[in-house]
Amino acid sequence: MTKLLIWYGELTTRRNLTRRGLGYLSPGMLWLLWFLILPGFVLVLVSFISRGSYGQLEWNFTIENYKRLLGFSLFGWSADYLRIILRSVIVAVVTCGICVLLAYPLAFFICGRPARNRYFWLTLVIVPFWTNMVIRTYAWLLILDPDFPLARLAALLKLIPDGSALYPSALAVYLGMVSMFLPFVVLPLYSSVERLDWSLVEAAQDLYASRWRVFSQAILPQTLPGLSVGVILTFVPTMGMFVVPDLLAGAKYMLVGNLIQQQFGQSRDWPFGAAISMGLMVLTLISLQLYRRRSKEVDIL
Amino acid sequence: MTGVDLESGSDPHQESGEAAHSPNISRADLDLHNIDKRFGEVHAVADVSLNIPAGEFFTLLGPSGCGKTTLLRIIAGLEVADRGEVVLGGDKITSLPANRRQVNTVFQSYALFPHLSIFENVAFGLRSRKTPQAEVRSRVDRRLEMLGLQTMANRYPHELSGGQQQRVALARALVNEPQVLLLDEPMSALDAKLRAQIQVELRRLQRKLGMTFILVTHDQDEALVVSDRIAVMRRGTIVQSGSPKDVYETPHTRFVAEFLGAANLIAGGYQDGCLETELGRFRLAQPVSWQEGTVAIRPERIRLSSKPAGENSFKAQIQEVIYRGTNVDLSLEPGQLRVRTGAEETFEPGKSIWLELPPEALVVLND
Repeated sequence: MTKLLIWYGELTTRRNLTRRGLGYLSPGMLWLLWFLILPGFVLVLVSFISRGSYGQLEWNFTIENYKRLLGFSLFGWSADYLRIILRSVIVAVVTCGICVLLAYPLAFFICGRPARNRYFWLTLVIVPFWTNMVIRTYAWLLILDPDFPLARLAALLKLIPDGSALYPSALAVYLGMVSMFLPFVVLPLYSSVERLDWSLVEAAQDLYASRWRVFSQAILPQTLPGLSVGVILTFVPTMGMFVVPDLLAGAKYMLVGNLIQQQFGQSRDWPFGAAISMGLMVLTLISLQLYRRRSKEVDIL
Repeated sequence: MTGVDLESGSDPHQESGEAAHSPNISRADLDLHNIDKRFGEVHAVADVSLNIPAGEFFTLLGPSGCGKTTLLRIIAGLEVADRGEVVLGGDKITSLPANRRQVNTVFQSYALFPHLSIFENVAFGLRSRKTPQAEVRSRVDRRLEMLGLQTMANRYPHELSGGQQQRVALARALVNEPQVLLLDEPMSALDAKLRAQIQVELRRLQRKLGMTFILVTHDQDEALVVSDRIAVMRRGTIVQSGSPKDVYETPHTRFVAEFLGAANLIAGGYQDGCLETELGRFRLAQPVSWQEGTVAIRPERIRLSSKPAGENSFKAQIQEVIYRGTNVDLSLEPGQLRVRTGAEETFEPGKSIWLELPPEALVVLND
């Protein structure tokens, strides 16, 4: 006799549940297995073999690709690749930081609107998604064009030579990145701010807290779940982003995403590209782990 | 800033304990002058003036939406009045933000910080004011002990029961030794038994500390149990205030008579010291200023007997008998009267009985 149990109001058996669960799960599982896990293994495999002189894969085990990534080559040690990786980390961290700083006021602003107007403001945040990412990035080229006010103003302030554009530059990359990822921080943060228990804010004020203390003790811990989602959704893609730096910085400000793209594209060096991808993945996981440990200090619940 | 001494709460602690009126609690009267507040169309507080002397347990009593919580929040600095002044100990604090008022609040939802331990929750106010660590420890420990929470110090709010959370909220406010403690329906989330117990404790605590407590509640029993003085609010104004005994025994209006306890309202015309009503002619003890009007009598003040007795008596029929353990409630006709009497006697619906309305129990209402 099989044991009966109630599962969310339904009378059923454990066997029945298992069978049904597997039925619902298997399409997704197969999809992930075929398109994520297997290619992932291939990537690991490829990163340990070498490249033939015409770009073909040669099936002999080597760790040469990883050594090259760390800067060791026939001509001695150089920090070029490490510098690109470090730059990518900095760009990702700074982009996240700017997005968070901009997203808090935005999320509070939207939550402060009357309920019927909020969707209008949220839609404005989402509108950029209606346009292709590449086109949006090209739009920045136009905005930063020498004939447009921004570049004119910069030239007037003697920040750039007269008649030159504001790209390619680090500034252009940050502008592109932040505008690309701001909605990813605003939306989850908005959902946290919307559910904010304002009585905690009032309690903090009642207990003599300064503005900063009100934020750090009453607002931050409550919005941390949304903030974390936003930070992860921003940090991970910015680490690998190649469209924005490619168009807005050219070769001057190369990020790890461009490097990988280059290996799989022009250079036809798949093993090295795979090794960089592995490095990027490890770095991303380490960063997220660090972030989670840091945020745990604040968020105990 | 307008001379409010924020440091006065941080005196080094005398070990004399909590006995009598603690010397480190500065005593200050609270005055409200013509406070007025509107939320759009709603006139939440309409020109309220109040004087609450230091050390008083003052209660704002009224139905929901009468403006009592708004008034409390104006005192706390969590709401800004459209007009009027809030004066604490002679200093105008009307334009002082909440975090610079020597006033603390126990919130209805308790509003404990979920990510902080009980100790840190209680220490919050002291830490905001950069109190030295040793002093924070001794003051927080003392409050936790006073409220029987010493074993909870390292726990987190969600691990505590409602009653314990309520005590933490109280400790968190009291540890700052405010000049006025505001309590916003602090017991509404507790069950009846616990509420009764905490009411008595709250009253003892207030007497012991000699601190001004201002309680907001819609529960008339609670108001009667704890208060030195009750102000009954309705539609943004204070309709009557006085000691619990005054307000209960001599309500001025129908609203107060019916809101604070139960009341039988008898309408009639006044003539020669007597009230002519459909139930009969009743002599009144109080002076009357109207020709046509209403008097009130509490259900427990009506006397019952099996035969005609004394003045102001008449015969009525029992409609309904509700047994309540400590007493029995009767509904009678004519006049839809309610009578509360001891539970020793047995009553049967349908039977007739003589009622006596003692003249001194008939309260003349102004409306």
